[in-house]
Amino acid sequence: MTANDPSPHHLQLTRDGQLRHFLTLDGLSRDLLTDILDTADSFIEVGERTIKKVPLLRGRTVVNLFFESSTRTRSTFELAAKRLSADVLNLDISTSATSKGESLSDTLLNLEAMASDMFVVRHSQSGAPHFIAESVTPGVAIINAGDGRHAHPTQAMLDMLTIRQHKGGFEGLKVAIVGDVLHSRVARSQIRALNVLGVAEVRVIAPGTLLPKDVESLGCTVYYDMAEGMKDLDVVIMLRLQNERMEGALLPSEREFYRLYGLNRDKLALAHPDCIVMHPGPINRGVEIESAVADGPQSVILNQVTNGIAIRMAVMSMAMGGQLAERQRTQTQGGQV
Amino acid sequence: MSRSVQDSGASLKIVGGRLLDSLDTDAENTALLIKDGHIVAMGEAAARASADGTVNAEGCVISPGFVDLHCNLREPGNGQKGNIESETRAAAHGGFTTVCASPETSPVNDSGAVTNLIRDLASNRASVHVLPVGAITRGLEGELLSDMAGLAAAGCVAVGNGGRGVRNARVLRRCMAYAQTFGLTVMFRPENQALAADGYAHDGVVTSRLGLLGIPEVAETTAVMEMILLAEETGARLHLSQLSCARSVEMLAEARSRGIAVTADVAIHQLLFTEDALAGFDSRFHVRPPLRSERDRKALLAGVRDGVIDAITSQHQPHDTAAKQAPLAATEPGLSTIESVLSLGLELVELNELGFPELMRALTSGPASVLGRTARLAEGEVADLCVFNPEHYWTPADDTLLSVGRHAPVTGREVPGVVRLTLAGGKVAWQHPET
Repeated sequence: MTANDPSPHHLQLTRDGQLRHFLTLDGLSRDLLTDILDTADSFIEVGERTIKKVPLLRGRTVVNLFFESSTRTRSTFELAAKRLSADVLNLDISTSATSKGESLSDTLLNLEAMASDMFVVRHSQSGAPHFIAESVTPGVAIINAGDGRHAHPTQAMLDMLTIRQHKGGFEGLKVAIVGDVLHSRVARSQIRALNVLGVAEVRVIAPGTLLPKDVESLGCTVYYDMAEGMKDLDVVIMLRLQNERMEGALLPSEREFYRLYGLNRDKLALAHPDCIVMHPGPINRGVEIESAVADGPQSVILNQVTNGIAIRMAVMSMAMGGQLAERQRTQTQGGQV
Repeated sequence: MSRSVQDSGASLKIVGGRLLDSLDTDAENTALLIKDGHIVAMGEAAARASADGTVNAEGCVISPGFVDLHCNLREPGNGQKGNIESETRAAAHGGFTTVCASPETSPVNDSGAVTNLIRDLASNRASVHVLPVGAITRGLEGELLSDMAGLAAAGCVAVGNGGRGVRNARVLRRCMAYAQTFGLTVMFRPENQALAADGYAHDGVVTSRLGLLGIPEVAETTAVMEMILLAEETGARLHLSQLSCARSVEMLAEARSRGIAVTADVAIHQLLFTEDALAGFDSRFHVRPPLRSERDRKALLAGVRDGVIDAITSQHQPHDTAAKQAPLAATEPGLSTIESVLSLGLELVELNELGFPELMRALTSGPASVLGRTARLAEGEVADLCVFNPEHYWTPADDTLLSVGRHAPVTGREVPGVVRLTLAGGKVAWQHPET
């Protein structure tokens, strides 16, 4: 027996199945993920215009709540919100309210009092955006910009957009995720997205110390040997390796990691010739990936960055749309009563 | 029911219930006469006697009062989370007449002076019997022996680690040898701190999916094995608290078969819930040891059924609201359970996962025997008893629960088992308004 339905499905979707928050890919259907990708596709063109704006969030206030710093992710969310014509407030919470002893709940109450419409949340603890989504006033959308080791759903979706652009779809693809899966919120979201979108096989390639317990239950096959895992690959996604992994006795040295799991031209040659190389950035050259590969013809790393803005525009506009539809429905029902 | 039963010399008669005295007695439609805090007559003699007050227990079970081996009363020191008065009232509401008070107080109960303070507070304010458990090391810091002679003299029934680890096996060995000197049972929640590290959830499929920091099973099982071997060597009487793993139950059974004096308990929530309860980041279910797999849950249930696990404990940990209102990792572990142990246990009976006699044994005679006591309803015994209707349902809610802790596992859900009356030492500790 377990507690009541723990699925986040009901938290982040409206009764009509529209996005209300964007917290995790768990519980989201293939149709919805495809919808996000299609919407993002339509926004790519906005970035190519002279005036890079659409009015979808005009008059709305988006607050970037970053409890841990991340210049790159925050910038793309900021740019996405501005391209949707929202007013954007960037708050680096890690150095302000909570460090003065204020609880997260109190911080939220204060921010809500400023009549915000959407919080983009980055937090070091898994589940923090869920907690915030459960705490905020109805009508305020929460977008997860990465929580602990749990999820980074917009990063995974921009990766999916990149794969679709280069491979045309997902059917039959063999995809490997290489490196520190244990600590990676990106990997968890990627594995989920790839499975929902119907790839043929998801592999994780890593030493035992960098894999979560029962990792196969996430929907992947484990390879300890990179040469074995690279065979017949269509997509290889490298993960970032944090320096502190050496100090935590998870790895003996960066050099050994690079020798065994770093992506160089020789290892890439074991995959399909048209295999694309991805990395969520920032890259540790010579630790996870050889420069010649990162900058080589099979690398799509910069495409990922460009696609990040379009995906974030899609998710923000869809969540705001879901909140609006729900509010209208509630008002209509209230009127009927 | 007459309030005068609490007065010296007043008498109370309970009629019409099903008397369940551990596993020995199961009599329908019986009667009990209570006077001066004791059971003075039973059966026909009691039915014929006149009394100052009478309780009609028709449809109810009359059982010995429940005994809880691990309960946090939060006093001294943590008044915002609860106190002896509030939490023993909650215990009585749950049918408990005796609770062992965890040494995790502030200051830690590591000296006779603190034990005396707890006993003094309890004698004035407690609704039920409070048995202090002393700290096994000074300040529960796992480094220096506590004043066990003083703790024993002041009335501690055991010494324990209150859920905190003892990093150093040499200290642990000495703790056990020293406790054995004074005949103190060592109540130890097994956890290897180095392996548990910063974890707060079972290291399994849910943890992997949600990216939570896991506590592996070996954090418990290696500590269980270490404790058993040390108990065997030192001759200390060991009680393993709050087991959570299937392998722990296996090792416990094996140790007992070798004649080692080791007993054990399991928290009620470990018997009903699994790691899946955390799947929505529900901070109520952030408990330590963590909720584990279905396989573990089944093994723990089997352990209770077989009697390898002696007792079901509440592991009651009341918290203030702020302690649970944060992202999961930032919340404090613990459930407010003492008022719902019976109801959750009866749910297990309804599900055919546990027999009713086994549930009663694990709540009464099992934990009592761990403390070297009995839990009996017999003439001459102290009147510690509970009258409950197993077939009545209720819905625990914030305004029906008495604990300061508001994070019960069953709030808002209809559950079986309404406690009608709890007598502790013959005094009314809880009486349902409709009784």
